[in-house]
Order: sequence, then structure tokens, then C-alpha cells
Amino acid sequence: MKVQSAMFYFPEEVIEHIFSFLTHHPDRNTVSTVCKAWYKIERLSRCEVFVGNCYAIRPDRAAARFPGLRSLTLKGKPHFADFDLVPPDWGGLAGPWIEAMARSCPNLEELRMKRMVVSDESLELLVHAFPNFKALVLVSCEGFSTDGLAAVARSCKSLRELDLQENEIEDRGPRWLNSFPDMCTSLVSLNFACLKGEVNLKSLERLVCRSPNLKCLRLNRAVPVETLAKIMNQCPNLEDLGTGSLLADQFSEAYVSLISALQKCKKLRSLSGFWDASPLCLLAVYPICANLTGLNLSYAPTVQGQDFINLIQHCVKLLRLWVLDSVGDKGLAVVASACKELQELRVFPSDLFAAGPATVTEEGLVAISTGCPKLNSLLYFCHSMTNSALITVSKNCPNFTRFRLCILEPRKPDPATNEPLDEGFGAVVKTCKNLRRFSISGLLTDQVFYYIGKYAKALEMLSIAFAGDTDQGMTYVLNGCKNLRKLEIRDCPFGDGALLADVTKYETMRSLWMSSCDISLRGCKALATKMPSLNVEIINEWEAEMEENLNNGVAEVISNNNNKHINNGNDERKVEKLYVYRTVGGPRTDAPDFVWTL
Amino acid sequence: MEEMQPKLLDLIPNERGWGVTANDREMVIGGGFGVREEKKLELRLGLPGEEDWNANRKKTEGLCANVKPSFSLGLFGAPQTKQEAGLITGEAQKIHAKADKQTSVVERKAIAHAATPPAATPLPSNSRAANAPVVGWPPVRSFRRNLASTSKTVLEPQKWASGTCAKFENSTKGLFVKINMDGVPIGRKIDLKAYDSYDKLSSAVDQLFRGLLADQRSEIGTEKNVEEKGRAIQGLLDGSGEYTLVYEDDEGDKMLVGDVPWEMFVSTAKRLRVLKSSDLSASTLRTTSRKRAATEC
Repeated sequence: MKVQSAMFYFPEEVIEHIFSFLTHHPDRNTVSTVCKAWYKIERLSRCEVFVGNCYAIRPDRAAARFPGLRSLTLKGKPHFADFDLVPPDWGGLAGPWIEAMARSCPNLEELRMKRMVVSDESLELLVHAFPNFKALVLVSCEGFSTDGLAAVARSCKSLRELDLQENEIEDRGPRWLNSFPDMCTSLVSLNFACLKGEVNLKSLERLVCRSPNLKCLRLNRAVPVETLAKIMNQCPNLEDLGTGSLLADQFSEAYVSLISALQKCKKLRSLSGFWDASPLCLLAVYPICANLTGLNLSYAPTVQGQDFINLIQHCVKLLRLWVLDSVGDKGLAVVASACKELQELRVFPSDLFAAGPATVTEEGLVAISTGCPKLNSLLYFCHSMTNSALITVSKNCPNFTRFRLCILEPRKPDPATNEPLDEGFGAVVKTCKNLRRFSISGLLTDQVFYYIGKYAKALEMLSIAFAGDTDQGMTYVLNGCKNLRKLEIRDCPFGDGALLADVTKYETMRSLWMSSCDISLRGCKALATKMPSLNVEIINEWEAEMEENLNNGVAEVISNNNNKHINNGNDERKVEKLYVYRTVGGPRTDAPDFVWTL
Repeated sequence: MEEMQPKLLDLIPNERGWGVTANDREMVIGGGFGVREEKKLELRLGLPGEEDWNANRKKTEGLCANVKPSFSLGLFGAPQTKQEAGLITGEAQKIHAKADKQTSVVERKAIAHAATPPAATPLPSNSRAANAPVVGWPPVRSFRRNLASTSKTVLEPQKWASGTCAKFENSTKGLFVKINMDGVPIGRKIDLKAYDSYDKLSSAVDQLFRGLLADQRSEIGTEKNVEEKGRAIQGLLDGSGEYTLVYEDDEGDKMLVGDVPWEMFVSTAKRLRVLKSSDLSASTLRTTSRKRAATEC
């Protein structure tokens, strides 16, 4: 008996030690559900928490559960907010989270946020509440200004990382860079490439001089070549560089200085920026190309044609390449012949509205797939695509985990056969067993969804636009994709039948987005009634106000819970935007007037 | 559905000359929030060769010539773009029992979408292929979208002297501030750097809200939409009109627009409001005169 009980008893410290080997979030989540004791041990020892939807749980509850938290990752708005489909002031506020953490989690060191609204006040609170704060990563966020950055710079005693990616930052002047105290020497990573305004160049140089650990530095367009050269002379150990403006005169001292500085940086593996790059400045880059693993030219429309070819043919170790479609099929063919190790390719549109002289087509993609069999991640904007090309690509590259293809014109068929692209995309899901993320476009019928449901068993995120014929399409996906976490749909003919086909499915997913589809208020209400564990939110920007104006002349405050609008009659009204997500936090308390929670 | 058509026509002044046939009108009216019939009825401007749209395209290509490159530009540009925006919105709208409301919704939606966030610089209109923009399509982040439009203007004179750096900086900076109007529920954003004088700003505000305000009025009113639509919002700056333009500066104070030099206004204005002139309180005015005195010292 004694032996038996000893087997079931481990001191907490031992269990905690065992748990420390579990780094994968889902694993830690699983062990916490075994028993109360394990729940307690796990939560007190948890250092990192990832919250994929900031409304899935109340901030207080998360903070209280994990008092030892050191690193928090938060995501706010739905993905389609990136494309202006979510109105401003929708939500995704960082404030409540930072406040909750300030109350309960004093050890916070790292905060990563994506698509959230952060105010300067919140940034102030952040740096004062957490004495050990080290790393702030903001991606696609908004609501703050360079004053907030100044607060972060000023007050963080041991700031290691300040990484700002594609945020909307209000420019209140360049002085924020001066705010880094003289004793701050801890910077390892600084990225302010998305800042639109000027920066104080002298402050920047001084900051770099006193940061011996700097490995990653991404400048914004306002930093000229002269400053870049000076900086690079100061940090020969740089591994990741985002240049400022690469506009330089052939005979300028700056240019000469840049060449010699670059050659000293033996550890440089990743390059980005290239704003306004002249062919001459590109020449300066050639000597280091052979060691590059990452190259981002997607902000440099000036790098095209022969300039691009001359550059890329040196980059034989490249793993990650981001370019504009102005490199053309010809440029991609050179990539295919030179970059045999390529794993990730992103080709962005340089002209959003009309096909320019050199853009990419299916030929470029086929060439890449032929030359780069290790390719596993693709984002490709093009003007046309054929089924046979897609079939060839999937045969050549069966290892895709992320495959996103955007044909710029909605509902465009295969130009060679005039048929839908069902077979092409079907081939991708059939061949690529590890596909986790998929975005499809062009002319598509329910058939492509049949294939997705049948074959895409590892799929976690699916983005659909202007596709499908009937409810059956969406139903195939809901029924077949066992691992689906995020489904986002716009402009497809899916209605209430599809929405309600498998309501319990949504509990296994993070979220569902449907906009400009064929769902009605009745369908959404039905979903809300059947599934109380979901927040069923409708975004109707005008309906609320117009109902008020029409029904009476008396102004009434529209509260979020005002059933008058939701229940005053016509449930057949179509719902413009629907956002459904699982949550333990109940309905949002911060929803604006145009968001109705059913 | 028949009785709905005249109402839409009322919103489009007759002299416009769209050359729109009965079928076209149906296209706009007969779609839905939903998309079941959307493929046939939705107004889509596609490239030649897209068979689905053959019938529609012939009619829409005629409209293309008048179409501005993006919704947002239309707001600041010619007056008819509000209707244009309504017609080329990517989401076809279904006729509802309250058709008036719906057609206004069409236009408002287009404008609502367009206003978040507008492109900073105008695109050259000669590169307008039949591929006019659908909201949020292609799926490219605003960051890149703005880049795509500004880089065109930047590339024009390709001089490699570093002196041209400054020019590039100026062309890419926009200064968007929120602007709300009394009686209009959803606010907009407006780019102060797009104007160089108070008059231009005032006229932009007029164009931005004129149609919306008229819609609000026409909701409660009768069929006299045409005259209402045309009524300009005047006297924003001098207190003579029904509405007055005020702004909130970087210290949070509410100020009358027009008191300080334009450059100073642009650098300090954080937010704009269009208030009913009758609502302007004495206290607001006191603040501004105090401030005015302060700036004059």
C-alpha cells in the first residue's frame, strides 16, 4: 500500500520541474486539466501565456490565474481588420490587459501584441508597473504616438527589445529617441521601420554606440546613407539590418563609407528596408549577399529588372525572400536558379489596380517550385493563375505549410481553359499533407471546398473570398477540417444553412468571420441561442442609428444591450459582418454601438 | 420593387448622363447584403475576358471612365463621386421594405468603408484599368497600400542626388485626424496635409458630410431629396452657418477653426468637430479668446 501511494505522490517541486520541460502551450494547457493539484502547480509556474483572441478571456482572470507571468502575447482585432473590413473603434484595447497585469503579475518582462489598440497612457503604465520589463513587440497596432515610445525608452531600465512592425504611430516629433537614458546599454533589438517621421540622427548614432549587444536594427526611411554608414561602423556584429533610405550619390563619401562598413559586418544574415534604393547602393550590398538567409525588398519598387537579377543571383543561401511583383517572372526564374534553399517566398503587388509592364503570372510560380523544392511558405499576388500551374507547383513542392494565393481580380477563371480553379487548389490540399494555412482566390465553386474538407486535415486557418456557390461549400469545410481554428470568409454566397450546419464546431475554433455573405439576423440569433459559450457579434454600422431615426424623433442612447433594435421586427435582415468566437469572458463590455452581441 | 427605382434616380441628378438603363438600376437595387444573386447583379468592374460579367461589363465600362481611383479620393474630389461610390461598392444591396434607407445605406457604406483610412496621395487616373477597387481588396495591409500609391509619385524624377530625399519625405506624410459631425453617427478621418488653407478645408468638410447630412434629414422627411442633397454646408468658419467647425488641440482645448495661422493649426490640431452653431457655448468661446490672447503675446 505504501508503495502504491508513493507512486501517486510527488512533491510539488518535482512536478513543477517536470512541467518546465513542457514549452508548448497546448501541452501546458492539457496538464492543467488533469487535477486540481496539477492545475495549481501549472498556473503558478507558468511563465508564458499566449492569448489568441483578447476577448476569449477577461484580463483579470488571466492575470489572476498566472501570477508568475513573464511573457504575454495578445491578439486583438480579427485578421480582416488589416484590410479595413473592421470599423475603427471596434475594440481590441490593450489598456485593460496592461492594468490587470499591473495588478497581478509584477514579473512581466515581455509583451507582444498584434492588432490591438494601445494608448500612450497604457505604455506609460507598462513601463512603470513592471520593473523587469525587457521586450515590447507591437505588430499592426495603433492608438499610440512617439510620446508613448519616449515613455518606454525613458523608463525601461534594461530594455532589450523594442520591435515595431507595421503600426500606425502618430508622429509627435523625433525627440523620443533622445529619451533612452545614457546608461541604457542593454538594447539587443530595435525596429522602428514603420515610423513615418524624422528621427534625431545624432541620438540614434549615440544610442547605437552604447549598445554593444545590438543584433537587430531596423531603421526607417528618414535615416540617410551617411548615418547608416556611421552606425554600421559601430556595430560590426549586426545580424539583422533594416536600412533607411538608400539614396546616395555615386561619388559621395557616404556611399564609399557604406561599402566599407557593410563589408565589416560578417554576421549579417538578414536585410530589409532598401527604401529608394539606387542601383549603386545595391552594388554595395553584393559582397554580403552570399551569407544572407533573409532578404526583404518589398518596400523597394526601385529594385527591379536587371538590378534585381544582379543582386539575387549572389544570394545562394537565401531562406526567406520578400519581393514586389515588379521583379517579374523573369526575376523569379533567376531566384529559382540561384536560391536553392528557399523556404519562404512572398510576392506583393506593386500596383494595386492595373497590371504593370512586368508583373508575375503562373509562370513565375512554376519556375520557383521547380527550382526551390524546399519551399514551404508562400504568399503570392498575381494577375492570373492556371489549374495546370497549381498542379505542377504542388507536385514540385509537397511541403507547403502555408499557401496563400491572391489573384488580384475576384472570381477570375483559369485563362487557358476558362474553368474554375477548383482542381488546382484541390491539388495543393491533396499533396501537401502538412498544410496549416490556406488562402484561395479566383473563380471557385463548391468543389474546391469539397477537396479542402476531404484532404486538408491539418488545416488551421482558411481565408476565402468571392468563392463558392451554395451553403454546401462552407459545410464541407466545417465538417471536414478537424483542426480548423480560424475561418474567415468574405463575399461568398453562404447563408444561414451553412452557418448553422455544425454549431458545435465553433467551440473547437478560435473564431469565425463572415462578411458580405448571405446570412440573416435570424440565423445569427439561432446560433447565439444554441451556443451560449460563443460571442456572436454583428457589426452593422448604420442599422442601429437609422432604426432610431425612423422609429421616433426622440433621441435615445443606444446601449450595447438595447434589444429594441435587435428585436424590433425583421429578422430576415441580412447581416453585413459577423464575428463569432469562443469565450469564457461573456459578452464584451467595451463593444461600441455598432457591435451587437446577440 | 418598381416604386423603389424612382427614389434611387432622385439621388442621381438627371443631368449626370450615366446612360444607365433599367437593367443597370436593377443591378444596384436588386442585389443583397447577401450574395445569392450577387454574381449576376453585383456591379463589378472586371478585366476583359471575365465571362461572368460580359453583360454587365458593357454597361459598367462606360461608367469606368468617370470612376475615381479610390473611394476616398472621390470624397475629396468631384461632388458626384458619392453616387459613384454607391454604384461601385463591392457589396450589392438587396431591396428591402425600407428601400430609401437601404439605398442610402449603400452609399453610406461605401463612404464608411472608404473613410477608413483614405490613401494619402492621388493615383494617376490614366492607369485606371477596368479593375476598380473593391473594399479591402486586394488583401494588402494599409501600410503597403499607402506605399504602393506614394511610391508612384516618388519614382517619377529619378535623380540620385541626395537632395531629393526631402521631397520624398513630404510626399509620403499624411496627417489624418478624426472628424465628427453633430447628427452624423459615424465619424470620418480627414487628411489635413491635403489642404493648404482654411477655405479648402471647409469645402472638403462640406463635401464629406453634405450628402450624409441630407440623408439623415431625408430619413425623417419626405421625398424632397433632390433639393436637400444639394444644400451645401456653409459658414463653417465664420459662425454664420448652421454649423461651425471646431478643433481640439494638443492640449485638449476646444478651439474655433480659423483663428491661428494655417501652419500652426495643422501642427496642433488633433481632432475636428462640426458642431451646430447654436450649441457653441459661451464657455467654449471664452477659451478660444483666452488662447488667442495667449498666442498673440
